[in-house]
Amino acid sequence: MAAPVLRWLCPGRCWAFARIGGCSCHGRGVPTASTSSGKRGQSSVARQSLITAQEPRKGDREWAAVVGLEIHAQISSNSKLFSGSQVHFAAPPNSLVSFFDASLPGTLPVLNRRCVEAAVMTGLALDCRINKKSLFDRKHYFYADLPAGYQITQQRLPIAVDGSLAYSVCVGKKLGQAVTRTVRVRQIQLEQDSGKSLHDDLRSQTLVDLNRAEGQLRVDANISVHHPGEPLGVRTEVKNLNSARFLARAIDYEIQRQISELENGGEILNETRSFDYKLGCTVPMRDKEGKQDYRFMPEPNLPPLLLYDSASLPAGADPQQVINIDRIREQLPELPSVTREKLVRRYGMLPEHSFALLNEVGLLEFFQNVMKETRAEPKKVASWVLNTFLGFLKQQNLAVSESPVTPSALAELLNLVERKAISSSAAKQVFEELWRSEGKTPAQIVAEKQLELMQDDEALEQLCRATMEAHPQVVMDLKKGNPRAINKLIGLVRKATLGRADPTAIKEVLERQLSG
Amino acid sequence: MLGRTLREVSAALKQGQITPTELCQKCLSLIKKTKFLNAYITVSEEVALKQAEESEKRYKKGRSLGDLDGIPIAVKDNFSTSGIETTCASNMLKGYVPPYNATVVQKLLDQGALLMGKTNLDEFAMGSGSTDGIFGPVKNPWSFSEQYRKKRKQKSHGEKEDSDWLITGGSSGGSAAAVSAFTCFTALGSDTGGSTRNPAAHCGVVGLKPSYGLVSRHGLIPLVNSMDVPGILTRCVDDAAIVLGILAGHDPKDSTTVQDPVKPFVLPSLTDVSKLCVGIPKEYLAPELSSEVRSLWSKAANLFESEGAKVIEVSLPHTSFSIVCYHVLCTSEVASNMARFDGLEYGHRCDVGVSTEAMYAATRREGFNDVLL
Repeated sequence: MAAPVLRWLCPGRCWAFARIGGCSCHGRGVPTASTSSGKRGQSSVARQSLITAQEPRKGDREWAAVVGLEIHAQISSNSKLFSGSQVHFAAPPNSLVSFFDASLPGTLPVLNRRCVEAAVMTGLALDCRINKKSLFDRKHYFYADLPAGYQITQQRLPIAVDGSLAYSVCVGKKLGQAVTRTVRVRQIQLEQDSGKSLHDDLRSQTLVDLNRAEGQLRVDANISVHHPGEPLGVRTEVKNLNSARFLARAIDYEIQRQISELENGGEILNETRSFDYKLGCTVPMRDKEGKQDYRFMPEPNLPPLLLYDSASLPAGADPQQVINIDRIREQLPELPSVTREKLVRRYGMLPEHSFALLNEVGLLEFFQNVMKETRAEPKKVASWVLNTFLGFLKQQNLAVSESPVTPSALAELLNLVERKAISSSAAKQVFEELWRSEGKTPAQIVAEKQLELMQDDEALEQLCRATMEAHPQVVMDLKKGNPRAINKLIGLVRKATLGRADPTAIKEVLERQLSG
Repeated sequence: MLGRTLREVSAALKQGQITPTELCQKCLSLIKKTKFLNAYITVSEEVALKQAEESEKRYKKGRSLGDLDGIPIAVKDNFSTSGIETTCASNMLKGYVPPYNATVVQKLLDQGALLMGKTNLDEFAMGSGSTDGIFGPVKNPWSFSEQYRKKRKQKSHGEKEDSDWLITGGSSGGSAAAVSAFTCFTALGSDTGGSTRNPAAHCGVVGLKPSYGLVSRHGLIPLVNSMDVPGILTRCVDDAAIVLGILAGHDPKDSTTVQDPVKPFVLPSLTDVSKLCVGIPKEYLAPELSSEVRSLWSKAANLFESEGAKVIEVSLPHTSFSIVCYHVLCTSEVASNMARFDGLEYGHRCDVGVSTEAMYAATRREGFNDVLL
């Protein structure tokens, strides 16, 4: 049924580039990054550094927050996890529903091989132990978007357990102060997705679309706070967050809310909350009060899922009928951590830049293609790609594949800067033009806008002398020791050159002329 | 003709002694005559006659599909039949017309069988009397046998004759009665805790419960997924073997069916039992066993022994726990399987529109009988 979904259970705080201590909340405890698993009463603690509150109030003790994430990720497959029906993004409502998806009586689930392979790949990529035998269970609750009255999931014995993920976090206010942390992945399980509910308040009705496959990523966060050394606090669950940004905000808000509540003598309820995007706060969810009894039960229609490796593969087994973990491991693409390490080693790149390059689809390839055609320093290229190029993409909400600027064009532009044919500020202008009008080359734009740097040293010398003569007051200022005067002079010379002289070169000439 | 075995009728059809349409008409008229048995919930007259017509064309060309081509069958009303109402004898599914055939139904239709109708049962197959469905109880054809009528006349003076009848057992009572009354040659039942074997015994026909995993459950509206199997009801053992041969085998739509290929088989004719060892479980000799059953059991054991078989006592020590385990598993799985009947996607839906929970509650209260609730 439904879009197949992988559920990760990650105890501990785990997202890249979270700025701890830099949030705009004041006077409150700052969350730490301990990775004890606060989920479902299980606790195994990994030591992490504690970051103390920046502005502790009088009498306040430190607080430690524990965050566990449940990540629902939709598997990329042609058909659903248990039924043969297709998976298509944004199809008309209820157009991709098989008899099983509609829970017609008598229909049975049949496991999709591709989904199992995807789960194994994910487990391997996250350094998990793949369970050669895993089981399916039914989780019961009544809701309109759950036609069978239960969801098929893997509660008791999931397909992969005990993995980990390394990530980078900025700890200081400055970019560049990054540390690497690890988060534990408790388990990965295959499960059905529910349908999509649309609430029509006007007509007091709810419409249900059983296509599923909406929203490729959904996260539920479990959050609790406690004083270090004391037992873990009561946790709340914040459901259905579907962007990293909102996830971060929701968690930060909830941590602060819990701390405030407890410091004011209140107590935390073990409840489910949702995040109000507009108000930026978490609110209790009305219809899920009280502890749910899911009445877990083995799914009798699905036998245990058995996986093999090359050692345990039965002789003469039909390759169509069995899954070999070793084969899948061989087919894994290079993992991001390996790619990042290579980038750092090869180009001397900053680790956080390697993260940023890999976090955008196609960006690494773009960078590498630019590198192929330019001799500019990797650091410069990275800076252009991550700041200027990425900035323009984000502004217009484009993917790398939709970029109007090709790697070749950017490489050409960088070469012009390298040769000192244009200044870097001029280059930014050219880039903007490249973005706007497709088809023109950087060279063409430079010519059109007359952005070439002055190559004529003689002319520059003359202009400098002329400018100084025309502004004796500024020269006097300079001689008196005013440091800003030089910049004024440079600006004046630049104006005179119609912006075609490199400020560095101007400065050099001026200083020489002044001293000589 | 209606009293013959499958092989005999099949031969008769091939030889042209009778046509599928004639056979079909005979069964249909007998169904009408025995309406008082209440064995059928739906009689699919038009469908059956059309199928008979097509079967006849095949026989004329000498291209029959197999042993069941042109042969009237019946199917218990908890099997999904495409285009034909499937109610499970419950208000919850009254008016529900499935869009697909159960695998076992499809296999029979692929053999050219004629579907006479859907038979009565206990609601959702929960019961052992075929008395708890919304369409009323099924009456055992033997209630109208001469022996029983004589007994009745002796007993009752002035009691309404209507109320004095025998149950068929259940839950596949309708199928058992249909076969027992000669209205079809074989019928599909289902068996979870005896629901095919029990009515077979009551109605004096053969009831076979295949081993779990041998026959596909796809399309069988489930009671207990880990114990349900489609059951076969016939008038002789050889017929049951023929039908099992058609139904058994792996179904990709049912992941609990055995993967190994099933080879067609013929029952051996057992004349020499001297190499046979028959075990009698001592725990089955319960104090509650009726003397009539006990004496029949002894008779059968003696028969084997006198023919040279070895008859010994064996022990099945966990017998006393079986019923408890059955109840625990049964109640959990039934509750789980009934969770889907909420009135939203198919079947009965109440008029309450206040909230989803209220709608669920009212729909299920109206749809289910007391046994289920």
